[in-house]
Amino acid sequence: MVTDPLLKLLQTNARYSNEDLAELLTLSPLEVASRIASFEADGTIKGYQVVIDPDAAGDEDVCAFIEVKLSPERGEGFDKLASRIAKFDQVQSCYLASGGYDLLLVVEGANLQEVAAFVSQKLSTMSGVLSTATMFRLKVYKENGLLMRQEDGDKRLPVSP
Amino acid sequence: MDYSSKISRQVAAVPRSGIRDFFELVQGKDDVISLGVGEPDFDTPWHIREAAIYSLEKGQTSYTSNLGLVQLRREIASYVEDFFHVSYAAESEVLVTVGVSEAIDLALRALLNPGDEVIYHEPCYVSYSPSIVMAHGVARGVATRKEDGFSLKASELAKAITPRSRVLMLNFPTNPTGATASREDLEEIATLCIQHDLIVLSDEIYSELRYEEEAHVSIASLPGMRERTILLHGFSKAFAMTGFRLGYACAPEPIIEAMMKIHQYSMLCAPITSQVAAIEALQNGAAAVEHMRQDYQRRRDYMVARLNAMGMECHSPGGAFYVFPEIPDCGMTSKEFALNLLDSTNVAAVPGDAFGESGEGYLRCCYATSLDDIKVAMDKMEAFIESVT
Repeated sequence: MVTDPLLKLLQTNARYSNEDLAELLTLSPLEVASRIASFEADGTIKGYQVVIDPDAAGDEDVCAFIEVKLSPERGEGFDKLASRIAKFDQVQSCYLASGGYDLLLVVEGANLQEVAAFVSQKLSTMSGVLSTATMFRLKVYKENGLLMRQEDGDKRLPVSP
Repeated sequence: MDYSSKISRQVAAVPRSGIRDFFELVQGKDDVISLGVGEPDFDTPWHIREAAIYSLEKGQTSYTSNLGLVQLRREIASYVEDFFHVSYAAESEVLVTVGVSEAIDLALRALLNPGDEVIYHEPCYVSYSPSIVMAHGVARGVATRKEDGFSLKASELAKAITPRSRVLMLNFPTNPTGATASREDLEEIATLCIQHDLIVLSDEIYSELRYEEEAHVSIASLPGMRERTILLHGFSKAFAMTGFRLGYACAPEPIIEAMMKIHQYSMLCAPITSQVAAIEALQNGAAAVEHMRQDYQRRRDYMVARLNAMGMECHSPGGAFYVFPEIPDCGMTSKEFALNLLDSTNVAAVPGDAFGESGEGYLRCCYATSLDDIKVAMDKMEAFIESVT
């Protein structure tokens, strides 16, 4: 878990201004800017993205989770093959995982055919890929810690002792 | 019918709560940003709610023992030992109540004979003085001062002690000031209590919500104090479980036995669903409590800095989730200031005099509200102050 207070705040809301962050952390905006710059420079911060509810956005893209079994290479383990797979644009996320398979991929495409083509033509034909199992995403309930359907807002009495 | 002759003198003597008047005003308005709330803005952590739902699914809907579920009392005893460093027997020295409010009422009724005096520090939670009066006691408030961070000083306490003094009520961290008590101050207070044979009713409901390095000290943990202290705690604040209405009292067996007598004939037992939820809270809730505490701390720091910058002078409170700033010189009472603020900015904060006379001149601002709302409220308050001073 991230423990740096600045990173923690950015993780909950990457759009906090430097002034906001400075107030929250009792730093000066300049100090905040320089800390962020150094996090970016050393690669701790990889980027800033937005979390979108695909239903609300009318997004018709298809998303699949793919379990991949690999045969590890001598001297390289899974790293070389995994990085090759991760470089495909269709692959949104790529993790090495314990359990019955080796890699877990999150793959996106405009439609079923596009994902199917990626799996059958690119992924499963790579040497070292032993097998794949594809599961299509049906609905998003929570993404990056954010519930897609928020519970009702403040239900408290406006004044209480 | 003339109802005034039908209501008991004891109850008639208790004035209507100042907070209730203010509540009715605020409720009539739309789009109010309220800093007037006395409870967490977090929902109860999901794992705790889920445990409550599961217990209902299983059909756990019966009465429990008057004292509370044995498993819960064991969890409480072990939590209290870890957190407050005082040990109590789960079987006989822990009573589960419907919030700390019920426990206060039980304790006062169990301890007081008509005319006995109860000392408490002011500004304080709104129920203290009424609970004392309704238990046929005499309420003796000791004003605490801004210069002391609203903590109770033994020298001030000493002046209020008379031969009729029986009980001292403490509440650190304090609602509405966020005051905390240092170990040294508590030791001096403890010496006086032993000297004058006072029982201490220590309401420590905010004890997890501390923001300075100094750890919370319970007066019950000081030498010679366990035998004369009723330690009151509960789940409302730290675990964000206000609506579950669950608290507890820890004290020597004869006192718990006396409190239990009243509890069993008036309440019977605390709701079982809440008790089951509380077991989950104690077993697995620590991370959620710490997460909320850190969030409160951030908001406190922000609010204290903004208030001081706009001329609403306040100390940085060491606990709870309230800031108690002094109203700047503008010829208004607390009540007038709060009403004008509400009228012209839609920001609600509770006038300090709702917490006792010594709260006059102050305002209670609660920071258990989203940071975004706090920011807007502070901007509006700043503009308001510029316009009236």
